[in-house]
Amino acid sequence: MSGAPRSRSDVVFVNAHIVDPASDFNAMGSVYIRDGTIAGVAATPEPDGFPDGARRIDCDGNLLLPGAVDTQVFVGEPGLGHLESFADVGATALASGVTTIVTGPNTDPVIDNGTLVDYITRRARDTTPLRVHTMATLTRGAKGQKMSEIGLLAEAGAIAFSDGEQALGDAAILHRIMKYSTAFSALIVQPPLDPHLSRGGVMNSGAVATRLGLAGIPAFAETILLARDLRLAAATGARYHSAGIASREAVELIAQAKAEGLPVSCSVSAHHLTLNEEAIGNYRTFLKLSPPLRSEEDRQALVAGVASGVIDCIMSDHCPRDPETKRVPFEEAAFGAIGLETLLAQVLGRDNPWCHDIPLCRAVDALTQRPADIFALPNTGRLAVGVRADLVVFDPHQRWSVDLALWRSRTKNTPFEGHELNGQVCYTMVGGTIVYERI
Amino acid sequence: MNSSALPNTAPMIWCRRHLLGIEGLSAQEITYLLDRAERWLDSSQEFLAAGRPLLGRTVLNFFFEESTRTRTSFEFAAKRLGAYVISAAQLGSSIAKGETLIDTATTLNAMHPDILVVRHPCSGAVGLLAEKVSCRVINAGDGRHEHPTQALLDALTIRRRKGRIAGLKIAICGDVVHSRVARSNIHLLHTLGAKLRLVGPASLLPAAMDDICCYYNMAEGIRDCDIIIMLRLQHERMRAAYVPSLREYFHFFGLDRKVLAHAHPDVLVMHPGPVNRGVEIDSVIVDDPECSLIHQQVETGVAVRMAVLDLFGDTDDAVVTL
Repeated sequence: MSGAPRSRSDVVFVNAHIVDPASDFNAMGSVYIRDGTIAGVAATPEPDGFPDGARRIDCDGNLLLPGAVDTQVFVGEPGLGHLESFADVGATALASGVTTIVTGPNTDPVIDNGTLVDYITRRARDTTPLRVHTMATLTRGAKGQKMSEIGLLAEAGAIAFSDGEQALGDAAILHRIMKYSTAFSALIVQPPLDPHLSRGGVMNSGAVATRLGLAGIPAFAETILLARDLRLAAATGARYHSAGIASREAVELIAQAKAEGLPVSCSVSAHHLTLNEEAIGNYRTFLKLSPPLRSEEDRQALVAGVASGVIDCIMSDHCPRDPETKRVPFEEAAFGAIGLETLLAQVLGRDNPWCHDIPLCRAVDALTQRPADIFALPNTGRLAVGVRADLVVFDPHQRWSVDLALWRSRTKNTPFEGHELNGQVCYTMVGGTIVYERI
Repeated sequence: MNSSALPNTAPMIWCRRHLLGIEGLSAQEITYLLDRAERWLDSSQEFLAAGRPLLGRTVLNFFFEESTRTRTSFEFAAKRLGAYVISAAQLGSSIAKGETLIDTATTLNAMHPDILVVRHPCSGAVGLLAEKVSCRVINAGDGRHEHPTQALLDALTIRRRKGRIAGLKIAICGDVVHSRVARSNIHLLHTLGAKLRLVGPASLLPAAMDDICCYYNMAEGIRDCDIIIMLRLQHERMRAAYVPSLREYFHFFGLDRKVLAHAHPDVLVMHPGPVNRGVEIDSVIVDDPECSLIHQQVETGVAVRMAVLDLFGDTDDAVVTL
């Protein structure tokens, strides 16, 4: 349940297990907030010079980390607000410990000019305390043909460029765009799926697809596009980010590219770290994702990739979908699952059904500092003195039921319907104000 | 997939609500169905006239995908058992007007048919529909996934001619990737102990199937086989060209006398139909009564469907047997 936002008085969090990768801080301590910014982080249970009148919050030994930075969240406005509006996403994200999101360009109309970037910025600012940044398209209308006005869009505030759901398939066009974009240090983002090789496919290629009689998307649909794009990045010097890799081979390609010193990065969705293709079971459409869930071997490679740092960020890939597009045969169903509300539980929760032993600092880094740095978001993803106070207190052991009656997202397409998970947010703070408090 | 068991009715071998596929059925369940079907094949006219076990029941054939032979076969079967049969074809139905599968299911359910026979172009769709209705559902083919009555009739046809299934060398040839008949047959014949292999162009054989060898050469693939099941190129399920041309396909993967000579001398040839003469199989073989079982398959098909309908009419919730 959310409490009403309090006024910006001083706040001190005590008795917290603070994890701030930017300063290498991973210890019990306290955090003092004044005037909306971090005034002190101390390795003592209570900070020195505890001011009178400060609200004191005892974290009970729970985790305290910078507010999560989720780099792939679909917000429907403009045009598709019935799926998820800024108000919906704001409430959901803040209750889930996410204080900054990057939203994609696949709205209606797509974000391919400055006025739309401006619209997003204003609309978000007027509706929710959640920090919202937006990507703009690589090509006009996201049609994969003509270059977008990269420079003007960047000036208007677009922080990265992507055609969103569909990768730009024409290598020549992508090459030209990447080359042009270097003047603006633009970040080029592509989903790792070759549009030709994945056409018609609805799940991972392999024994499960064969048994279910469903068309498959092979792992090489991912790696061929990724390998091609990495060569273009090498040739042009453009900054490149692969959004949502899903296979073992993709992890290897990224590792190799980084070893060569290329300015590349990548993200993985929390679903791909915790589920594999077997979860589809008897044609469960909430598990129809793009890129698809692959084998257990792939999942473990993705987990190892995050642990080693080859995979930079973890995001939710929050895709609200009209229920009518999911209550149909698997082949006909829309791709995508929502993910904000389960993100932190999937990554930081303890003793959940999947096993991933990603070290705590690395896991927090993948949710905070690293995405902030890759997308060049100032003042974000860290708990340094003087930085604005966006943070979350999280209890990794708190058990809860994924009960759709209490669900915040407007749409309900979660893979975890009916499950019990460990890991819940206690407090979320944005700019020094508590915007969410679990009662 | 077949859903949960019915409330306890007698020491029955069959206690599933629906027949959605062969996968998951035990050898015992399969044999039980084959035995029941065989009774209908052997029965005399008197037997047929005497028992009309589905008198007063409604069987609704709802085919979301075109079909002549399967739909007619089910109609024949249901009518012989005395049922009132309604066949709803796809065109002119509410689907053409944009109604979803689930809404269609709940609408039909509200009319309380006893048995629904459903065919749909999407894998898993019949199972999805079966979850939404309270009557019993027979899958007449869902996408590439399963066509259980076809596999049953194929197995019975084989069993009647060869006396057994276990140990037979059986080759399934052609467009396996897009074929629900292939999948159901693979599950059934494998469960009953046949030695299976798949033969066809690499682009039409599946990525992974345990224990089953794939051959890309017809002569090698059908060597010493007792039974050859030929499949049609499933154009309607193919998004693109998997083979360069029909003449190339027939040249390398078609079944003619010359290729057939590589199989066992007593080999028998089957085809679920419809047959594309000169594409996957030479006319001469189709019409050869010595080796072709194609007509027997059709006859067996009606008996198998009578057996399944009869079984579904028999083990009813309202009937309590000891």
